[in-house]
Amino acid sequence: MTQLILFNVFNGLIVGAFYALMALGLSLILNLSGVINFAHGGFLALGAYFAYALIPYVGFWGALVLSPILTGVVGLVVERLLIRPLYGRDPLYGLLLTFGLAYMLEDGVKYVWGPQSLPFEAPTWLMSSLSNDYFFLTGYRLFMILIVVVAVAGLFGVLGYTRLGMRIRAGTRDLETVSTLGVNTRLLRSLNFGLGVYFAGLAGVLAAGQLGLEPTIGDGLIMPSFVAIIVGGLGSLVGTLFGGLLIGVVSGLTTVFWPAASEAVIYVMMGLVLLLRPRGLLGEEGRIV
Amino acid sequence: MTRARALDIAVIAALATMPYWMAAIGGYTELASRIVVMGLAAMSLNFLLGYTGILSFGHAAYFGLGGYGAAMAIKYFGWGTLPAMALGIVVATLAAAVIGALIARRRGVYFAMVTIAFGQVFYFIALRWNQVTGGDDGLTGWRRVPIDFGFAKLKIEQNDKAFYYFALVVFIICVAAMARLIASPLGRSLIAIRENERRARFLGLAIDSRVWLSFVISCFFVSVAGTLYALLNNFIDPRALHYNLSGNLVIMAVMGGMRSFWGPLFGAAIFVALQDYLSSHTDNWMFLIGLVFVLVVRFFPRGLVGVLSRGSAA
Repeated sequence: MTQLILFNVFNGLIVGAFYALMALGLSLILNLSGVINFAHGGFLALGAYFAYALIPYVGFWGALVLSPILTGVVGLVVERLLIRPLYGRDPLYGLLLTFGLAYMLEDGVKYVWGPQSLPFEAPTWLMSSLSNDYFFLTGYRLFMILIVVVAVAGLFGVLGYTRLGMRIRAGTRDLETVSTLGVNTRLLRSLNFGLGVYFAGLAGVLAAGQLGLEPTIGDGLIMPSFVAIIVGGLGSLVGTLFGGLLIGVVSGLTTVFWPAASEAVIYVMMGLVLLLRPRGLLGEEGRIV
Repeated sequence: MTRARALDIAVIAALATMPYWMAAIGGYTELASRIVVMGLAAMSLNFLLGYTGILSFGHAAYFGLGGYGAAMAIKYFGWGTLPAMALGIVVATLAAAVIGALIARRRGVYFAMVTIAFGQVFYFIALRWNQVTGGDDGLTGWRRVPIDFGFAKLKIEQNDKAFYYFALVVFIICVAAMARLIASPLGRSLIAIRENERRARFLGLAIDSRVWLSFVISCFFVSVAGTLYALLNNFIDPRALHYNLSGNLVIMAVMGGMRSFWGPLFGAAIFVALQDYLSSHTDNWMFLIGLVFVLVVRFFPRGLVGVLSRGSAA
């Protein structure tokens, strides 16, 4: 029993790490640009398939580095061509446009790589189990957690200690003032969008090794990422990170006792949070929109 | 006769004769029924979106709940068509009342996000509760039953046209009710909230409770459309609850023109016909539907009605 619980909690943590990576990217974009990027799941799939296409040429490690960057570049182009004209308009339009984009990305991936699932090879030495008692502790999973930790630490480092990060944080508070102070806010929003999409791409590469590669790979991850943001608290990146891990673990624990409810439980949890603490667990006071 | 009244009559006349001219333009009666059903759903959504200015991206949940409610009442309780519809509508409206109470204070993009996420609860219940809902395969093994009025029997079960006219009567009742609501003091106060929420609040309107009421009314009507949808197909599956359908309803409203009463019906007609055409001609119809979203947002944000009225004003 202990093993079963540990197994599922650990599983939940892994899935939660995906949610958190996705949700951090979504949160970045939402906070600075006010756009809910519904295509985030599509970008995740794109990242995964880019990695699949790159592995024969640059190997797994090369793909792990290059594919998220490529995905981020696609994000930059999309932002420039499609999203930028929508800033300042009713948020409805950003949501609708990225919703359509999600259809296009999913179907586009299907068109190029086929609808069936594809084998995705992570290095074999990573895939073996590290312990007989705790069979679920494969190297790949530990490695994944390590990557997520590094990526998240990197993000918080950039936001906390670089000029770009400072501007992003300031812009989240009051973009107009930041603009008045001479910062190119268009460029800032573009870079921020690219950064958010980069995280979707990274989550995609990692998820492909763990969940298998198919065009709908992003579908199951996008909604929980929304929930992670709402549970964690709008406007708080730490909250988003915490929210993602939390709902992953809660969902994993539910699998032990009532597998059929493992997906629905996070929405119930979101309902409770909205009822008892509307601003989210770590949300700032007064940032409820 | 005012222009608006003339338009009402033209629309009703076109709908009343649709099964007879549909074939001439390459359609069929079931497609006509689908247009009426999705048109009702899009117009219901627009009660909230266009007339209260609040974006819900989770209306499929109440659409599907209505459908599942009606289908299950027929399959498990052996109820007639009308009582089964009533059950579906009651269940969906109650769910909307509860969830609406949790979210009525949110606004804008946050409201949209919360509505999508809550909608997924029902999707997963329908997907996982296999014994009762049929899971991913959907709820089969039931058919719509004839409606017995005592003095006459409406054989909607075999005759496509009979079902079409049944759906159309329900559509007209709902649409007339919505028009009355919009013209009522409640409806005027909703428009005031849309135009300037802060000013409406200063005028003493209880904003949150009105937003809640608007949400529940909108979900009530969308659930009616959901029951018709299940009856039309003699089938319902979890996709009727999925957020993809919610998104499609929003694009129908926007594409037709969310600031006009009939706009969403036009949007629904275009969308349903387009989807029907594309999906029978190419495997990659989803890509093209997505492209339609992008093009509408970029180039026709005011919708078809917006384009036409600008044309006539110029």
